[in-house]
Amino acid sequence: MWKTILRRILIMIPQLFLLSVLVFILAKMMPGDPLSGSFQQGQSAAQMAALRQQYGLNNPWYIQYASWVGNMLHGDLGQSFVYKRSVTGLIGERAVNTFWLALMSTVILYVIAIPAGVIAGRYEGSKRDSAISVTSFILMAVPPFVFYLLALIFFGFFLQWFPTGGSVSSTYNPGTLGYVWDRIYHMILPALVAGIITTPSTIQYLRTGVIDNTNQDFVRTARSKGVPDRVIFNKHILRNSLLPIAAFMGNQITSLLGGSVILETVFSYPGMGQLFVSSMTSRDYPVVISLVLLFGFLTLLGNLLSDIIMSIVDPRIRIE
Amino acid sequence: MDKPEDLLLDVQHLHTGFRLGDAFYDAVDDVSITLRKDEILAIVGESGSGKSTLATSIIGLHDMRNTKVTGDILYNNLNLVGLNETLFDRIRGKDIGMIFQDPLAALNPLMRIGEQIEETLVYHTKMNKEERDKRVLELLSQVGIPNPKRTARSYPHELSGGMRQRIVIAIAIACKPPIIIADEPTTALDVTIQAQILDLLEDIQREMHSGIILITHDLGVVAETADRVAVMYAGQIVESGTVMDVFKHPTHPYTRSLLRSMPQAESDDDELHVIQGVVPSLKNMQMKGCRFAPRIPWIPASAHEEHPTMHEVAPDHFVQCTCYKDFYFPDDDQAAEKGE
Ligand SMILES: Nc1ncnc2c1ncn2[C@@H]1O[C@H](COP(=O)(O)OP(=O)(O)O)[C@@H](O)[C@H]1O
Ligand code: SF4
Ligand SMILES: [Mg+2]
Repeated sequence: MWKTILRRILIMIPQLFLLSVLVFILAKMMPGDPLSGSFQQGQSAAQMAALRQQYGLNNPWYIQYASWVGNMLHGDLGQSFVYKRSVTGLIGERAVNTFWLALMSTVILYVIAIPAGVIAGRYEGSKRDSAISVTSFILMAVPPFVFYLLALIFFGFFLQWFPTGGSVSSTYNPGTLGYVWDRIYHMILPALVAGIITTPSTIQYLRTGVIDNTNQDFVRTARSKGVPDRVIFNKHILRNSLLPIAAFMGNQITSLLGGSVILETVFSYPGMGQLFVSSMTSRDYPVVISLVLLFGFLTLLGNLLSDIIMSIVDPRIRIE
Repeated sequence: MDKPEDLLLDVQHLHTGFRLGDAFYDAVDDVSITLRKDEILAIVGESGSGKSTLATSIIGLHDMRNTKVTGDILYNNLNLVGLNETLFDRIRGKDIGMIFQDPLAALNPLMRIGEQIEETLVYHTKMNKEERDKRVLELLSQVGIPNPKRTARSYPHELSGGMRQRIVIAIAIACKPPIIIADEPTTALDVTIQAQILDLLEDIQREMHSGIILITHDLGVVAETADRVAVMYAGQIVESGTVMDVFKHPTHPYTRSLLRSMPQAESDDDELHVIQGVVPSLKNMQMKGCRFAPRIPWIPASAHEEHPTMHEVAPDHFVQCTCYKDFYFPDDDQAAEKGE
């Protein structure tokens, strides 16, 4: 198994290479360059040209690409034109914020969706099932940004239970308990709404999984053995129903790690999603390119992770 | 004729109805059968006749919210009809074992073979883990698994169809139940494997002296394996008796049609006799008169019995109709005679 995992990782290298070329070309094809955005009055065209020269923007694209890849392999993703600092440091900082937010919303997602889906499926047609199904259908119909905005306005501005933006207040020093708590405090509302809005698909998956599996022949076999209903449910129905959820978990985690553009924008949360949008609008190419590459890498990693999880939980699947 | 202590299971006037829309429709309609110790009773009939429904009624596997069972299923002074689930859980697997048609679907894909066999022992015996493991290996070799130790650790998808059916059989016989129900145990298997599985069932019956209800649509299987046979059509038993009697003197028109549709190995007659039509669906079941009448339209209405009831035509040979004497097939010589 370790061999196959290693091989899968090696296969990712040419995929990433292709992606990087594509992204680089696309970025170069976009109108304007990073400096046209920061044009200031009183700056002469000659000064601009000098800056362009200094940033290497006048070199042919393949030279720019080669030096970019070379630097990247040394962990140097270049300098952000806008933030005037290293992209690696910038993304690293944002990634930490997004990571904790993603982790928290994933936990909230499963804590809500697994019991709800299981109850709805087990008591199909009951009042509990209808309540859960109706709620999740409504949630599915609400556009995420509307849901986020409503939550922000109500709990943030109106009730003032939660902060309305940022990841930590400046009053705390890193390393103190107050600082840690304040970071969690800033995450609660965005994590809660992001977790809740993603529950419907998981609930529906589980619900149909439980219903389908209840009618499977192997459940009938278990009943014919005289196994009590409670045990049949936990050992035969539930385990088999959680399979697709587990399979999807790899992608779920990495897609959350990419950061949610809408979520982070609405809550002004300094994560990767927000960084992506702001650097797109300000044509901060080094950042955009690095992020796109990172997202691509995360997607590939998510698929690999899903395959690994599947091969662990489902004996029928062996990764080759 | 019967020693009463040999009687294992006494099913009387069993009705099993499924909810379709607002009403219940009987898939098993007033069925009475008995199963004795040391015998194989075959239930034979076309697909849709209600054989599986009869089997699952006996072992209580229906979803009771959408099923209505009435009548009596007497086992050991206990009526299994309406028995509460907790008590039934003590009987299922211990007193009645069931073998299913599709051995892949019948096994949990995520559970090791050994664990699936062991589960029966967990709930019905006082064995500890070690004893159970030993018994699992014993069972695996009893059902003819060549490498019990390795097989116990494997998963269903790693075994062939025939091997899987042996596992399902091992599960059913784990507690040496006096009653075994096998619902089309060979239908999903290759012909060569079919014979092996039937042999295994016969061996088990001889060893454990169980009574086996063998459900099949294949008269060849009946002739080879069973002691007695009950022919089922549209939810009812239309003929029953020893295999010898029923095959030598098939009496009900349905039994005779089934026998005629059996491919004869030595026959140079290329024509395959198949009964026209199919078993009616639950909603289209006629409530009055004989349900088989529409499939033998050449018999005039006046010849049919109005309310067919069971008659004993020979000792222990029952038929649900008395007008069988006037029955003939249109392409028989008899038909030619009649036509004159
Ligand atoms: N759970 C069920 N709900 C409704 N109808 C059913 C159900 N199970 C079987 N039936 C119907 O009952 C009839 C008998 O089916 P079945 O017992 O499976 O016959 P067999 O095993 O002889 O092929 C068929 O018409 C079938 O469609
Ligand atoms: S009642 Fe009619 S259809 Fe039924 S068995 Fe008798 S002759 Fe045949
Ligand atoms: Mg059947």
